[in-house]
Amino acid sequence: MAVKLVSINTNMNTIINPLFLQLLVGILIGLGAGYLGSFMILKRMSLVGDVISHVALPGIALALILKINPFLGAFAALFLAIIGIWFLERKTELPSETLVGIFFALSLALGILITPEPELLEALFGDITRTSPVDALITIVLAFVIFFTMFKIYRKLTLSVISKQLAQSIGINVSKISFLFLFLIAIIVALGIKVTGVFLMGALVIVPAAAAKNISLGLTSFTRFAALFGGLSALVGILFANHFNLHSGPIVVLTSGVIFLLTLLFKK
Amino acid sequence: MANQETILTVENLGVKFDNNEVLKGLNFFVQKEDVLAIVGPNGSGKSVLFRALLGLVPYSGKIQWASNLKIGYVPQKFNIDKDLPLSVEEFFNFKEEGSEKIMNILKSVGITDEHHIEKHILKQRLGWLSGGQLQRVLIAWSILDNPDVLLFDEPTAGIDIGGEETIYNLLKKLKDKRGFTILLISHDLNIVYKYANNVICINKEMVCFGEPSTVLDPTSLVKLYGGEASFYKHEHEHNH
Repeated sequence: MAVKLVSINTNMNTIINPLFLQLLVGILIGLGAGYLGSFMILKRMSLVGDVISHVALPGIALALILKINPFLGAFAALFLAIIGIWFLERKTELPSETLVGIFFALSLALGILITPEPELLEALFGDITRTSPVDALITIVLAFVIFFTMFKIYRKLTLSVISKQLAQSIGINVSKISFLFLFLIAIIVALGIKVTGVFLMGALVIVPAAAAKNISLGLTSFTRFAALFGGLSALVGILFANHFNLHSGPIVVLTSGVIFLLTLLFKK
Repeated sequence: MANQETILTVENLGVKFDNNEVLKGLNFFVQKEDVLAIVGPNGSGKSVLFRALLGLVPYSGKIQWASNLKIGYVPQKFNIDKDLPLSVEEFFNFKEEGSEKIMNILKSVGITDEHHIEKHILKQRLGWLSGGQLQRVLIAWSILDNPDVLLFDEPTAGIDIGGEETIYNLLKKLKDKRGFTILLISHDLNIVYKYANNVICINKEMVCFGEPSTVLDPTSLVKLYGGEASFYKHEHEHNH
């Protein structure tokens, strides 16, 4: 099976333009990260969103040591992290940002220590040039899962942000909705590490959404602009990096930063 | 009163959080179209009582609602600040009731100008509404799908919602027009005398239950508020 996959991979690589693959994967991840980021901001979890990606590193390291797919390692570590956040959310009404900040920084330190040297740079800063058709396929499927799930839960999620009690009183399972949402965050961050690396993936979740918030009055425009800015950052960033032969991850995040600065001019 | 149908019976209700008794031994009932006020000092368990009635916290004892009742709820806590990107229209659309109904319900809570509703209320951010407008909008939202009972947890004591009207006038008018039952938490005893036909006083346990003029006697007020009682009793009369 593995041999067959590899041969399909090489065949596809020769057929599909690598830049097209990078753009496809990058834009889908940008769209998803921006969109989910808008709800991260709505839930007042900007800091968590910003640093959650750091947790992935020890997972990636373990996956590399155990010779399994790094995406799975990253996802497993993120999944543990979101369970932690979810428990904290249930215990207190306030976001436990200090605790999260400390824990996430520590896991980054641990990750740097145990990640094998050759892969460390890629894990930290991403390398989208190594995107395979199989990666693209996984990204397409998971992006669909993210948008489909959010379409089902975004109203309930928003209502539970406005008032947990109100949401519960009309039969919304606040805790379940919150868990589903955090689960999607874990997916998008694990996916996005390929694009921007562990250090910067959080920024791709938060910055486009923060930019969208500047220019939006309502929820619909906020979430759509957030997705759009995420996708646009990936598109422009990858093209720019490709043209000047630079690392695409930082350029993608810097692009989102430029968009953020531009939106300040039109702040509502 | 024509309607003497009991819609809620509460017997020996108790709520514990981590072995901490927050409420105990509550017994009362609510009849159709009653206005029941719940009074008590801060931390006496009033909001917890609402949450128990809504089935949101575990409790001991009995809470029996009449069957097929629809309950509307205006909680005390809202996280609506100025930069929350959510328009009033989007907030109403969460209930999927259609724009005509939304317009009608906003009119019924005293925002009467259609043009004003369309241009200045619905398109506005929820967090940009004034305190009074927000209060009206939250009530409108909670009664949009025609509840039989409205649970109203007073967010701020004696909020002025604009003009001569208080939130209680509005609730009373709505109740008379739509015939629902109201349970309200209030900090202002004047409100209780004026609008409620029954009152339950709690301070973790039940201190009194009955008609305000009968049960809110000096003994129970002292038991309820301690030294604060005089302050509550001599508060100025509102003129409406």
